[in-house]
Amino acid sequence: MPEEQIQLFINDREVHASKGAMLIEVADQHDIRIPRFCYHKKLSVAANCRMCMVEVEKAPKALPACATPVAEGMRVYTHSPAALDAQKSTMEFLLINHPLDCPVCDQGGECELQDTAMGYGEDVSRYTERKRVVADKELGPLVSTDMTRCIHCTRCVRFGSEVAGIRELGATGRGEFMEIGTYVQRSLTSELSGNVIDVCPVGALNAKPSRMRARSWEMLQCAGLSPHDAMGSNIYMHVLRNTVVRVVPRENDELNETWIADRDRFSYEGLHTPDRATQPLVRTARGWESSSWQASLDVLARKIKQFSPEEVGVMAAAHSSLEEQYLLQKLFRCLGIQNIDHRVRQADFTDQEYMPLFPNLGQSIESLEHNNAVFLIGCDIRLEQPMLAHRIRKASARGCQVVALNSRDFDFLFAAQVNWNQAPQAWLQALSEIVKCIPDNELRDLPHELKEIVEQASPSMYARHIFELLSQAGTCSVFLGAMLDSHPQASALRALAAVLARHTHANFGLLPQAGNTAGAWLCGLLPHRLAGGVPNPDAGLDTTAMLAGPCKAFVLFNLEPEFDFANAPSALEAMQEADFVVVFTPYVSESMRSYADVVLPIATFAEMRGTYVNAEGRWQTADKAINPPGQARPAWRILRVLADHLGLEGFTHESSQQVLEEIKVQTGETTGFEGRLHESKMVQTQADPEGIYRVSATPMYAVDNVVRRANSLQQTPYERSPRVAMCEQLARELGVLEEDEVRIVQDGRAKVLKLELDPALPMNCVWVQKSSRQVDELGNAIAPVEIQRLDHD
Amino acid sequence: MTPADLPGTLSNYVRGEMDDWLSRYPVDQKQSAVLGALRALQHEDGYLKTEKMDAVATYLDMPPIAVYEVASFYSMFELEPVGKHTLAVCTNLSCMLCGADKIVEHLEHKLGIGLGESTPDGKFFLKKEEECLAACCGAPMMQVNHDYEENLTIEKVDRILEGLD
Repeated sequence: MPEEQIQLFINDREVHASKGAMLIEVADQHDIRIPRFCYHKKLSVAANCRMCMVEVEKAPKALPACATPVAEGMRVYTHSPAALDAQKSTMEFLLINHPLDCPVCDQGGECELQDTAMGYGEDVSRYTERKRVVADKELGPLVSTDMTRCIHCTRCVRFGSEVAGIRELGATGRGEFMEIGTYVQRSLTSELSGNVIDVCPVGALNAKPSRMRARSWEMLQCAGLSPHDAMGSNIYMHVLRNTVVRVVPRENDELNETWIADRDRFSYEGLHTPDRATQPLVRTARGWESSSWQASLDVLARKIKQFSPEEVGVMAAAHSSLEEQYLLQKLFRCLGIQNIDHRVRQADFTDQEYMPLFPNLGQSIESLEHNNAVFLIGCDIRLEQPMLAHRIRKASARGCQVVALNSRDFDFLFAAQVNWNQAPQAWLQALSEIVKCIPDNELRDLPHELKEIVEQASPSMYARHIFELLSQAGTCSVFLGAMLDSHPQASALRALAAVLARHTHANFGLLPQAGNTAGAWLCGLLPHRLAGGVPNPDAGLDTTAMLAGPCKAFVLFNLEPEFDFANAPSALEAMQEADFVVVFTPYVSESMRSYADVVLPIATFAEMRGTYVNAEGRWQTADKAINPPGQARPAWRILRVLADHLGLEGFTHESSQQVLEEIKVQTGETTGFEGRLHESKMVQTQADPEGIYRVSATPMYAVDNVVRRANSLQQTPYERSPRVAMCEQLARELGVLEEDEVRIVQDGRAKVLKLELDPALPMNCVWVQKSSRQVDELGNAIAPVEIQRLDHD
Repeated sequence: MTPADLPGTLSNYVRGEMDDWLSRYPVDQKQSAVLGALRALQHEDGYLKTEKMDAVATYLDMPPIAVYEVASFYSMFELEPVGKHTLAVCTNLSCMLCGADKIVEHLEHKLGIGLGESTPDGKFFLKKEEECLAACCGAPMMQVNHDYEENLTIEKVDRILEGLD
């Protein structure tokens, strides 16, 4: 419905605006500058700073533009003597308690207060009395505070309650003694907490990791993309002498709006670490030796040809750029190697033929806000995809109901949320119960193993609730998350969820996890598909099959097996037992030195031009912000030179742009949302329903090699020491107590962990908390385990 | 935490007060009962303990910080432990004209503490800068715990103190 338009005059200029809009919005739309502190276009109106005073004809006094709705024929003056007088007076009051410490303030040079004071303040302060001093608050490793500078605009408070969904900051005390803080000392726990640094108009809240590192005018601002989740958040990297000093959001209303997650903001710390690979390394009889590019690529070319193509496995990271991923698969396919995969955290590949062109949201990111119901399966969306969760949070504020089928309570900070907690081996049953609610005649297409399970299911209260919710919601979505991806019966679960989505007309979203998971599918970084989703007639092995035995040589691209793989211990073992391992990596770790034969240093996302495809199928390209360290080079260049060494044709690209153009020819810029999972004929239904299963999720700050090295993120409350959680009843049955140490045995491997009780966990399942810096020595994230009591003497 | 976890933290008295206040407001505006809840807490403990404020926050479905904001806004709420009996002498205009300053001076001298302090034996707390309590016709006055004592003289103050155990 078009909004009613009215006409008004700002500074005698005729402007048109929607009825009900606030004056400041309208002025902003027409580039008429009104000073402000508390007003922020994405937050509610507080009207407490009084800086945006303007003169309105017939009003006896100046009015705050942020809280004055426009009216037909209104005449507004933003720079009249009366308006300026009001603004000047406000400015003088605001500066009474604000310290004049701009020279030592991090915000200096990019400070809204400083700028506004320059424009609207007096040259000399008339105030000679004492200024108040406020004790700084300790808000954790990401946000530093200088609370004396706070002007009480409450943007940070409103950000918490309105955007982050968790109000951690507040204004305590009153009048002269009012302070912004947490009252009891605690770290901020919001995964979006860094945004309070941006909304703060003064230097009260600053970025702790980059505090006192650089002045705003010394840095270069480089547009970039965050590769850590499937949002494709737009960022600016601020660079000082080839170092990324900080990262801030680059506004894009269709994606991240004006925000970014803490992971996007502080991951840059992982770019500049002592373990960066700076020159090619080759293992020789004398041990590790630094080598030239020429020599190391020669070794690689010579050695790799000694293996038959079936003996080589190529595995790459999903956060690598499209250009890298494409050239990697192209090069190794030219050698006849078909064992190529990026799905390192997946456990069940049975239904890969039926997957869509690439896993996706099934809708645009913006339209997430219009959902009336969302069903999340095996998904901790807030930690997996913080910015997508933010969009759903906006929907939930409008009344969207969110239901989650998981194994434990995840607090998504949504307004309405129902958690249906089931042990992972019972998820199949749970989904069958929901699907059973679909009228019988609609279920003909189900593969017969599933049909049997569905027929025997009798829908529980939860199942009926979810089915009815989705059936009646109108616009709704079913999303499958990272935990579902690592589920041993993922194919069956996907098939059931797809059937459910189809019959309830829900958008069906397979959430891609990393910044370019979608790209990896598109460009053929898969054993069974070539670029553009073309079926590979000569399909190779998936990750699990590669690790299971036949491969004698591995090419690891941007991966660390002990952290990135679903089954870390077996991945590490496979590498150690392999005859030849090449790693393309930005970092050299001790464990790499133990299994690799050639280490080739590559550039990170900040150090090269690269394209990334996000969850809605949007292609975005960003230039490099800094140069890679030492001899590290963008991997697409290395691959191109390697092709020469191997004598391959078709690698004449001179720029990453040419690589991108070649990819576009092969794939088209498609948004292939349609998959055929609902008619998936091959599913994995085998599971032991009786035993105890473990469930884990990859910690938020462990998703890729860069984030794992971001020091400040690793100090947040999200980083926890490994432990095992179970419900009280299970603990009683096993005869173990809280804080006891228990032994978990999985697949022949054992580990002793401290026990924690969690009443929300169902029976027959335990939560194994992973840590970003410790290898999960047990194996797959969802798998049967045995729990043993440790007998003390 | 669910309301079921509360009994350990909050007494039946406090929960009863909260339920009483809750019954007077729409169900979706539970935070309306926060002042009543905090008053009950203070009545019971003499000051507001953070754990109990957290329990109130859970019960009323508020972020804990929102409860702290209310608690710290009103000067009538104490956030630190204070003496058993609160003596709040009004020092606003009418009382001042009628000699409130002398009363304060006497109390400070007799109890050996300044405004805003508690006696070492934990018996008395002398509240700082109490503003008008709307009993100007009985000035000078002070509030002793929940009671108003008006038309104060030095002798009357002494008698009142003796009457407190």
